[in-house]
Order: sequence, then structure tokens, then C-alpha cells
Amino acid sequence: MDNNSKVAESFKNFLIEIGELSYFTSRFFKELFNPPFELKEFLRQCYNMGNRSLLLVCVTGFIIGLVFTLQSRPTLEEFGAVSWMPSMVSISIIREIGPIITALICAGRIGSGIGAELGSMRVTEQIDAMEVSGTNPFKYLVVTRILATTMMLPILVFFGDAIAIFGSAMVENMKGNVSYLLYFNQVFDSLQFSDLIPTTFKTFFFGFAIGLVGCYKGYNCKKGTAGVGLAANSAVVYTSMLLFVIDFIAVFVTNIFYG
Amino acid sequence: MVSPMNNKPIIEIKNLRKSFGDNHVLEGFNMALYEGENLVIMGKSGSGKSVMIKCLIGLEEPDSGTITVMGKNINQLEHWELDELRTEIGFLFQGSALYDSMSVRENLEFPLRRHTKKFGIIEDTTPLVMEALENVGLEHAIDLMPSELSGGMKRRIALARTLILQPKIILYDEPTTGLDPITSKEIILLMMSIQKKYNTSSIIITHDVDCARVIANRMILLIDNINYAEGTFEKLSASEDPKIKAFFK
Ligand SMILES: Nc1ncnc2c1ncn2[C@@H]1O[C@H](COP(=O)(O)OP(=O)(O)OP(=O)(O)O)[C@@H](O)[C@H]1O
Ligand SMILES: [Mg+2]
Repeated sequence: MDNNSKVAESFKNFLIEIGELSYFTSRFFKELFNPPFELKEFLRQCYNMGNRSLLLVCVTGFIIGLVFTLQSRPTLEEFGAVSWMPSMVSISIIREIGPIITALICAGRIGSGIGAELGSMRVTEQIDAMEVSGTNPFKYLVVTRILATTMMLPILVFFGDAIAIFGSAMVENMKGNVSYLLYFNQVFDSLQFSDLIPTTFKTFFFGFAIGLVGCYKGYNCKKGTAGVGLAANSAVVYTSMLLFVIDFIAVFVTNIFYG
Repeated sequence: MVSPMNNKPIIEIKNLRKSFGDNHVLEGFNMALYEGENLVIMGKSGSGKSVMIKCLIGLEEPDSGTITVMGKNINQLEHWELDELRTEIGFLFQGSALYDSMSVRENLEFPLRRHTKKFGIIEDTTPLVMEALENVGLEHAIDLMPSELSGGMKRRIALARTLILQPKIILYDEPTTGLDPITSKEIILLMMSIQKKYNTSSIIITHDVDCARVIANRMILLIDNINYAEGTFEKLSASEDPKIKAFFK
């Protein structure tokens, strides 16, 4: 095969993938509103996801806040602008760093988990067994998981952001003798409602993307144990790419409204 | 056993065709299952036995051909009708297919959550779960996870799970493959006792000649993508056709 047709081939596969993903998404919305609702399984998924990722998100958030402040301190000092630290940190963390880092961590933690779990259920015919036993596996497995990631990601981001700002406050408290109270006062002063709304919206989409791609890859897993690994792996890769695309679009849209 | 001839079949497959791309797996497969009968289907690995049985229960869609189960053409059923029909059909998957995030008890309860038509809404599932576990002799495993079970135990729990809805028809996809001869024999005896107790009709897919000898009332050989030969074990094992002979060596 010459190079041209190889490129054409992979472009074709890409388009097919996009088409299948769109179909998968439309099926999600169709089944979402059809009873019966698997409320118990949805809550179980929410609990599992929160439980598995909260510590990781908090530790990462804390370190990011810490390092971010330490790194930017010398530069701000040079311009005598250290007092701008709280507003700079809070705005950049809440608008951008918190959501994207948390989402990337969750893509690795939750997305790959979903891909591997559904993939192995597909390969070992557990999904077929569900179908035969009268439970719609798409509703029971896919809808609940996508809803759970969509709901849980904003919550995780909230915790991640809070801890990151706390980490930053700790540095300022030690290095710059700024009291926690003063620091947080400045944080809340500099934050506006218009900072919170778009970023919260964005995190819902992040969560949706993580659940959607993980479920899509797992549910359509190819036979064999190699297929499971591939499902988990490509879930992370595709989700990460998609997260940046959503982020880009979000910034674009936000600028239209608030710019 | 009821004589096949003077009886209406409860499962009938006519001219079933199924391909995956260029891989023509089934090209005109026919069979009928009569009430109270144990029908064994043999065929080489990859000959399409699992595909055939999945078409039968509506997990795969055939390219053409008709499949009638208890008088209903399964490819023309609404989803809820198909679900209802499936309460009458037990399916033992080739790899057991236990839900590995659930305990044995939850595995057995799972079919009861949606198939409520048959028993109504059940408040306490414990008696049903225990009865199914007693049938396979594994009452003590009720709180174990599938990962803690051996292959033979998994197969038996899977059998218990298919029995819990007390189906009229049971489809076994290679119930003894991958088990040692002694455990295989146990599973076969179990299948026979279940058949006696609930008077089920069964389709058994197997490579295992010993299993076929003990359990088959009638056999179908799936060779060259069709139902190549049909008859009792004695008749087929005495055949001179080299393709048939290969199975009974
Ligand atoms: N979902 C699928 N997509 C593509 N090809 C498939 C699919 N399922 C089965 N096949 C192909 O159909 C053929 C028959 O497979 P099947 O699983 O029915 O074999 P089998 O007779 O059950 O074999 P075994 O005894 O090993 O279980 C194989 O060539 C397989 O590659
Ligand atoms: Mg098979």
C-alpha cells in the first residue's frame, strides 16, 4: 500500500469512529429517558468513582497549588506584585488548571477503569448474559456510568480547586506571612460569578466525555484479552484528546459571552 | 422420551444463514427440537455452533432464515416480547459468564430483577436462590465472589443461574469443555437430573463424545456450514462417512 492510500485508510477509519461514537451518544440520550431507571446502580457508580478518585484528586490539587505558588513567587516579587498572588492563583486554578488536571486524572483513573471493566464484561459474555436475563445492558452499564461521571466530575473538581488554593495559601502563609484569613478574603474578592459559571459547565462536559469514551471503548471491545487492554488504553488517549478539544471550545464560547 | 415424529417442535430453525464479512459461518442450517428431548449438536471449533445458538436466543441477528421458538418467530418480536420469551429459555454460556463484580447470591438474583412477570415481584429471593444452589450442590458458596470459585464451580453456579427462572428450554454451550473428566461427568449427571426434575428440553453443544453418548436422544452434526448429518448416537457413530467418522475416533 502506498502512503496516500494509507492516509486515506486511516482517515476513513477516523470518520467511521466518529460516526459510531455519535450513534453511541444518541443511543445514550434515547435510553436515558426510557424507564426503568437503574437508580441503585447509578448511586453505586457515583460512590465508587468518588471514593476511588477523591484522594488522588486532592493530593494532586494540593501539590499543584503549592508548586504553582512557589514557582510564580520570584517573578511576582521582581515586579513587586506578590499581593496579586491570591487572585492570580485562584483565577487560573478555577478557570483552567483545576478542571483540566482533575479531568485528566479522572480520565486515567475512571475512564480506563470503565474501559477495562466493560471490555472484560464484553469479552467474557457477561453483557450478553445480562441481555438474556432481561436487563438492558446499555441502560444498566452504560447510562448509569456516563451519568455518574457527569455528576461526579464537577464535585471532584470543586474539591481539587479548594485544596489547590489551600496549598497556595499555605506557601504564602509560610513565605510571605500572609494570614489564611487575608488570603482567602482576597481570593473571594477577586472571584466573580462569571468565573464560576462557565467553568462549572465545562466540568460537566468533561465528565460526560470521560464516561462516554470509556463506555464506548469498553462496550464495543474486540474479542480477546488484548482487546480489553486496548479498550482501556484507547479510552484514556481519546478522552484526553477530547478534553482538550472541549476545553478549547469552552474558552471560545466563554469569550463570546464574556469577552 | 417422547417420539419426535408425533410431536410439534418447540424450537425450529429453517435455512439459517449468517456471515461476518466474507466469513460465511452458516449457510442454510436447519434443526428442530422436540419437547422433553436432549439434542446434541457437534461440530469442529469455529464451525459456528455458538453463532447458531446466539441467533436462537436473539443475541445475533441472522442474515436470513426463520427461527421459531414456542410458536413465535423471534426476529419479529418486540423487545419486551423477546424478554418474556427468554424467561422460558435458559442459556449456559461457554465461559460461564458470571458477573464478576457481584457475589454468587447477587449473580443468581440478577435474572429475578427484571423477569418479574413469571413470579411477580419477589420480596425475599433467598428461598429461590437456595433452591437453585441446592440443585447444583453449592449452597455453601452463596457469599463467595466468582473469582474465588474453581472452573467447575463456576460452571455449576452458572447452571444454577440459568435454572433460577425454571426455564422450559435450556441451551448449553459446551458445558463440559475445559473441565477434567470427573467434573465433566458430574456436570453431565447434573444436567440429566435437572432434565428429569423440571422436564426441560435441551440443546447441548459439545465436542465431548462421552458427554454426547450419555445424554443425547438425537444428534446433529454441523459440518461445512450446514446440518450435515442427523440421527441417534448409535446411528452416527456407525457411519462410514469419513467426515462423520472423524468425530467419533
Ligand atoms: N461477533 C463476531 N464477529 C465476527 N466474527 C465472528 C463473531 N462471532 C463469531 N465469529 C466467527 O464465526 C465463526 C464461528 O464462531 P463460533 O464461536 O460460533 O464457533 P464455535 O463453533 O462455537 O467454536 P468453539 O467450539 O470453538 O466454541 C468463527 O470463524 C468466528 O471467527
Ligand atoms: Mg462456541
